[in-house]
Amino acid sequence: MNYNYYPGCSLQSAHKGYDKSCRAVFNSLGCDLIEIEDWNCCGATIYMSINEVTALAVASRNLALAEKTKRDLVTPCSSCFTILNKANRFIQNSIEVRDKVNSCLAEGGLNYNGTVRVRHPLDVLINDVGIEIIRLQIKIPLEELKIANYYGCQIVRPEKGFDDREDPTTMENLFEAAGASNVYFPYKLRCCGGMLMTTFEEAALKLSKEILECAIENGADCIVTTCPLCQMNLEAYQNEIHNKYKTKVGIPILFFTQVLGAALGLSNEELGIDSNFYRCKKLVEIKNKKSYTAQTVHSVI
Amino acid sequence: MKIQEINIPGKLTRKESVLRHSFLEQVDTIPGGEKIKSCIQCGTCSGSCPLSYAMDVMPRELIALFRAGDIESILRSRTIWICASCYTCQTRCPSSIKVTDIIYALKRIAMERRIYAKKFPVHSLSDSFIKSIYRFGRLNEPRLMILYFMRTGILKAFSFIPLGLKMMRKGRLELRVSKVKGIDGLRKIMKKAEKLDIPFEKEKLPFMPEAVGYKSVS
Ligand code: SF4
Ligand code: SF4
Repeated sequence: MNYNYYPGCSLQSAHKGYDKSCRAVFNSLGCDLIEIEDWNCCGATIYMSINEVTALAVASRNLALAEKTKRDLVTPCSSCFTILNKANRFIQNSIEVRDKVNSCLAEGGLNYNGTVRVRHPLDVLINDVGIEIIRLQIKIPLEELKIANYYGCQIVRPEKGFDDREDPTTMENLFEAAGASNVYFPYKLRCCGGMLMTTFEEAALKLSKEILECAIENGADCIVTTCPLCQMNLEAYQNEIHNKYKTKVGIPILFFTQVLGAALGLSNEELGIDSNFYRCKKLVEIKNKKSYTAQTVHSVI
Repeated sequence: MKIQEINIPGKLTRKESVLRHSFLEQVDTIPGGEKIKSCIQCGTCSGSCPLSYAMDVMPRELIALFRAGDIESILRSRTIWICASCYTCQTRCPSSIKVTDIIYALKRIAMERRIYAKKFPVHSLSDSFIKSIYRFGRLNEPRLMILYFMRTGILKAFSFIPLGLKMMRKGRLELRVSKVKGIDGLRKIMKKAEKLDIPFEKEKLPFMPEAVGYKSVS
């Protein structure tokens, strides 16, 4: 199956690991992610707070580009996912908004009819590829890896999407299929502070601390997330959090595609794992232990 | 927080009436925005908000202030800039009020009219952001940070240096911006869009004492 792929700005700079691993995982499951030609920034949540028509127009330029190919649009970044989805919904719901947006897009020689479906990779993996197919593809079962699944605010909210809005379980199902165990993690949807890390650091540090604490207390080996901004906040500020609150830190924060990719037998290089600040020792152990058996199984087949 | 003085109960000052008009117009564009009228003041939003501890006006109070006809107090509060748009309140509201989207609308009005909370730099970040998009069509985070610190005080930038170095070592600091090829088209789209959001002052509003409080809820 083929999809339009929208990486978004942050996957091109600070989160290349997410970009790489996402492409690699889809590739190894037989799906093609075709990058949208000449996409632009979705406007991020910030744009919505300034000028609505501009926000919608900027976001829908991407939708218009995607519409040409009649494929679903997949975007891994939570922020891009929400914004593109929101813009899409506004345009689909109101003819007036659609006309307004189209009169802007016409300036750039584009037009958008509102037919694109904006989807998250998790949604595609579970609903299009299917969990049973993924289960069959697992080469290195992640036995003994204890995962705290962190969804962040934006992929299952605000509107009802592919999962429950208070207690999503897509990632749990996915990693259970990959052989890992999921720890009790009630903070799976709690806000990490988002952009406040720049504008109101104090509050963001407190929120991030609570999430890290919850995962560590419940014995997780790593936190697995879907959002670049959450990954950054939780990973890069652990020193600050330790200095301020004297709590235990040092838990690795991985993207869900990196962990899934590891189970699918992809290499660290393909998954961009080395660009993370903390290494997940447990994952390395599992990989080292299992890669030998995996090889022998393969040669037998 | 000091509540702005409203002279006559049930009547609005001119400024407030303009704000109200502009706000209601913004709320109109939110799908389901009109539900704001059915707030039952239950406080689920404030109770669910992970940041309400730092706010001066809680999300519930924000709706109450709107009803009471005091939008200016909301705009001058820190609340709208503290909100991290996590959508928890919006998801849980029993009356399906689009609390987060309403806060977005308030941010837009605050930006447009330049009514801000004191010493809260969110709008500087937004301004830098827009410049970046207009120039390249894409965003480069390190550059955005530099722009932002240039506006809010270069001192704070130093505290980010160790993090920057760490990112660089991991190959995660990209200073090169990949410019959108169709940037001219994008700029035209943005220029046109800006014209479509007419700032409200330009239209002549007659002074109208309006019903507020429970009358406005109808
Ligand atoms: S949760 Fe909804 S109904 Fe309850 S106070 Fe907040 S906005 Fe009003
Ligand atoms: S969206 Fe804003 S107001 Fe609502 S719960 Fe989140 S931080 Fe609080």
